[in-house]
Amino acid sequence: MTNQHRAALAQALPFPLSAAEGSVARLATPLAILFIAIFFLILPALTAHAAMNIQEVKSEKGINAWLVEDHTVPIVAIRFVFEGGTTQDPVGKEGLIHLMTGLFDEGAGDLDSETFQVKLDDAGAEMSFEAQRDGIHGSMRMLSLRKDAAFDLLRLAVNRPRFDQAPVDRIRAQVLSGIIADEPDPDAIAQRKWLRAIYGTHPYSRPDEGIKVSMAGITPADLGAFHKAIFARDGLHVAVVGDIDAKRLSEKLDQLFGDLPQKQTLAPIADVAAKLGQQVEVNYDLPQTSLQLAFPGVGHSAPDFYAALLMNDILGGSPYTSRLWEEVREKRGLAYGVGSNLVDDEHSNALLVTTATRSDRAAETLSIVHQVVKDMAQQGPTAAELEASKKHLIGAYAINYLDSSSSIAATLVGLQLDNLGIDHIQRRAALIDQVTLDQVKAAAKKLLSAEPAIMVVGPPLGGKG
Amino acid sequence: MVLATTAPVLAANDHGKVTDFLLDNGMEVVVIPDHRAPIVTHMVWYNVGSADEPPGKSGIAHFVEHLMFKAATTNHAAGEFDRAVSAVGGAHNAFTDYDYTAFYETVAPSALEQMMSFEADRMFNLILNDDDIKTERDVILEERRSRIDNNPQAVLEEEVDATLWQSQPYRIPVIGWMQELEKLNWNDAVSFYDLYYRPNNAVLVVAGDVEPETVKALAEKTYGKVAAGPGLARIRPVEPEQNTKRTVTLTDARVSVPSFSTQWVVPSYHTAEPGEAEALDLLADILGGGNRSRLYQQLLVKQGIAAEAGANFQGTMLDATNFAIYASPRGDAKLADLEAAANAEVARIVKDGVTDDELDKAKNRRVRSVILARDKPACLAHMYGSTLATGGSVKDVEEWPDRIRKVTADQVKAVAARYLVPDHSTTGYLLPKTEN
Repeated sequence: MTNQHRAALAQALPFPLSAAEGSVARLATPLAILFIAIFFLILPALTAHAAMNIQEVKSEKGINAWLVEDHTVPIVAIRFVFEGGTTQDPVGKEGLIHLMTGLFDEGAGDLDSETFQVKLDDAGAEMSFEAQRDGIHGSMRMLSLRKDAAFDLLRLAVNRPRFDQAPVDRIRAQVLSGIIADEPDPDAIAQRKWLRAIYGTHPYSRPDEGIKVSMAGITPADLGAFHKAIFARDGLHVAVVGDIDAKRLSEKLDQLFGDLPQKQTLAPIADVAAKLGQQVEVNYDLPQTSLQLAFPGVGHSAPDFYAALLMNDILGGSPYTSRLWEEVREKRGLAYGVGSNLVDDEHSNALLVTTATRSDRAAETLSIVHQVVKDMAQQGPTAAELEASKKHLIGAYAINYLDSSSSIAATLVGLQLDNLGIDHIQRRAALIDQVTLDQVKAAAKKLLSAEPAIMVVGPPLGGKG
Repeated sequence: MVLATTAPVLAANDHGKVTDFLLDNGMEVVVIPDHRAPIVTHMVWYNVGSADEPPGKSGIAHFVEHLMFKAATTNHAAGEFDRAVSAVGGAHNAFTDYDYTAFYETVAPSALEQMMSFEADRMFNLILNDDDIKTERDVILEERRSRIDNNPQAVLEEEVDATLWQSQPYRIPVIGWMQELEKLNWNDAVSFYDLYYRPNNAVLVVAGDVEPETVKALAEKTYGKVAAGPGLARIRPVEPEQNTKRTVTLTDARVSVPSFSTQWVVPSYHTAEPGEAEALDLLADILGGGNRSRLYQQLLVKQGIAAEAGANFQGTMLDATNFAIYASPRGDAKLADLEAAANAEVARIVKDGVTDDELDKAKNRRVRSVILARDKPACLAHMYGSTLATGGSVKDVEEWPDRIRKVTADQVKAVAARYLVPDHSTTGYLLPKTEN
């Protein structure tokens, strides 16, 4: 679902709450993989706060990191990204990068899988790696008392992963099980069909986790070769938050990353415009039909990015108050969730509208979405809507992106990936505030006048009820 | 629960030091200061959930929760609260569970008073009308389709719960049965709201960049003005002792990888004898909590027959609760073999117990999770709120790490032997649809 919808039914959390890691929005949309990197909204007061004094740390060996030093809680969180994600999978070996990220805690250096995991547990640290389209994201959260042991294990994982045959086969089997589980699932089928339809043969059209045939052919040697190609210093971005000072961090940065090769070897990836103006349907007898519409998007570096951001917020980005929410859910009770997102991947961008509704009223819901979009394209928002949206986007930043060490670290790495500068958080409110109504109207016309690509999962529209 | 309304309020700048006190109308308040970021999470926990619903009205607790946002009050037009939260860039939402219903807003500290004022207002002044009821009921029906009916796994879980529990209301889904949801009306909503949404039936938890004194003053000014309702006893049907082995099977064309889960009725933190719930918590960790656990090591690593395996204990409940193990096969492995292997791991603990080393490691992991939770004020707020709404106290939360540290290997073996009885269990199977 695209928003945190009101009235979630809690799965009562275990006692005590096992420290929920990361509030990164997990979207049900394939385009949304780097979603987190684009919604950068700001609370100006924050910059005055000690907790958000961002230092730039440069190690002796030349590794750069952004640090937010805070000794209140005895925890250190590190987040880093190597550029070049699943798009780097070679043709025929799709799923390689995704498989690799499942193997960093399965043995490194002199430690086999078993020994590595016992030591990691003893060190009181949580390590995770994730393959995204445009980058490999790594993170670790540790108790500061045992950070030396934790960093040492992370150093081994980053520099000398083993990719032993037994764990490779075990993790591959787990991934394959997921691929097989998705085969008859209508939502998963639709997602695959959608990617092929809008991206054609571009690497963005391929499933991150690969397919059965490609997974079978991946060897430990393949994994080793790609680790060497991607884990290098010129594609690295690092942020650290918590109970560590700049001097200590500088030493740790050299330990962690100082011995990596200087240059990545990445295959060039072309930019791609999603192919719009088409309909992708998966017909299945379901009680509820899922709908997704893709419109053109705007990249973060484009001059009209903030105008588009505000327009999207008013259209469907802001939960509970957006136009789509008002028309589809509040007035008509047609859906539990409805919203829109701007999605900004490195090589493509889009504005996505998503909802799900009872199948016998899906055609009606789609036509209301079309009407809301058309009104926005033709009239744009009102001055009052724009004022409200500016306040919302400025205030929401800290709450959505800076509410724990892990989320601050993830946010800071996102700023680096988007080349937004270490002072971005200070500047952001002004960038939003200075957008004019005319600029937002122009953005609405530009993005929403296009014929969208539409995905329908459920009974044929109008074919039921 | 012994709480004085005059409980001393702690000095400012005590990071993480919890203060609690009662308002004159009986509303309990918990304050957890954390000054690292200019953010505060404000949560109101009502001691009412789906298990408190009248017969035939399943889903009404969750429905009223939705109506709290949908409806106008005597002081505010419909949608005004949403717009106010949006204007300060806040996040707000709510959730309903079996034993509680909670509403929260995360905002900058300067907006706290406004949030408290809105929340106190709708505690008493909600105006429900029939149009709101109809539209929002449609929304809930869509929510049920999204969460349950569109998802075979969720459909099965619902049926497993209805089979595991014979009398206790945890047998009824929180979101409600479809045919009952469709009939919920104005009367149902008003009578539920009038009875339960009262200050003396609620706990306020405020965590973040704020001082206890400030919260106390603001709470008295807002919630303190709302009249107390009648005292409510939570009387729930008691579960008979389970003496059968039950199975529930769902086949679905959308399933290609089968799976099973086995559940047992066990005590919760609220109903357990001293030490038992803590022992069950550690048992769940040792048996199936992550990749160092016995089920993972045995089924995934050593035997290589599972793609997934684990265990879970749901301790924060007002009544008896459940303990579950689950697994799905890898490659050509048979589900029956996997189930037998998982049961063998349970039997091994029942017979031989756990080692001191694995117990120590499990304790470290559980205690570590509390330290990590301190990194996010909203997590702490959730810990306190859910504990207090299920019969626990602030002290219970604070002493929990010590109680975990005191659990012995014998206690873990004892709870496994007492509760994980193969013949007194409920197993759900999710299977592919095969042509017969």
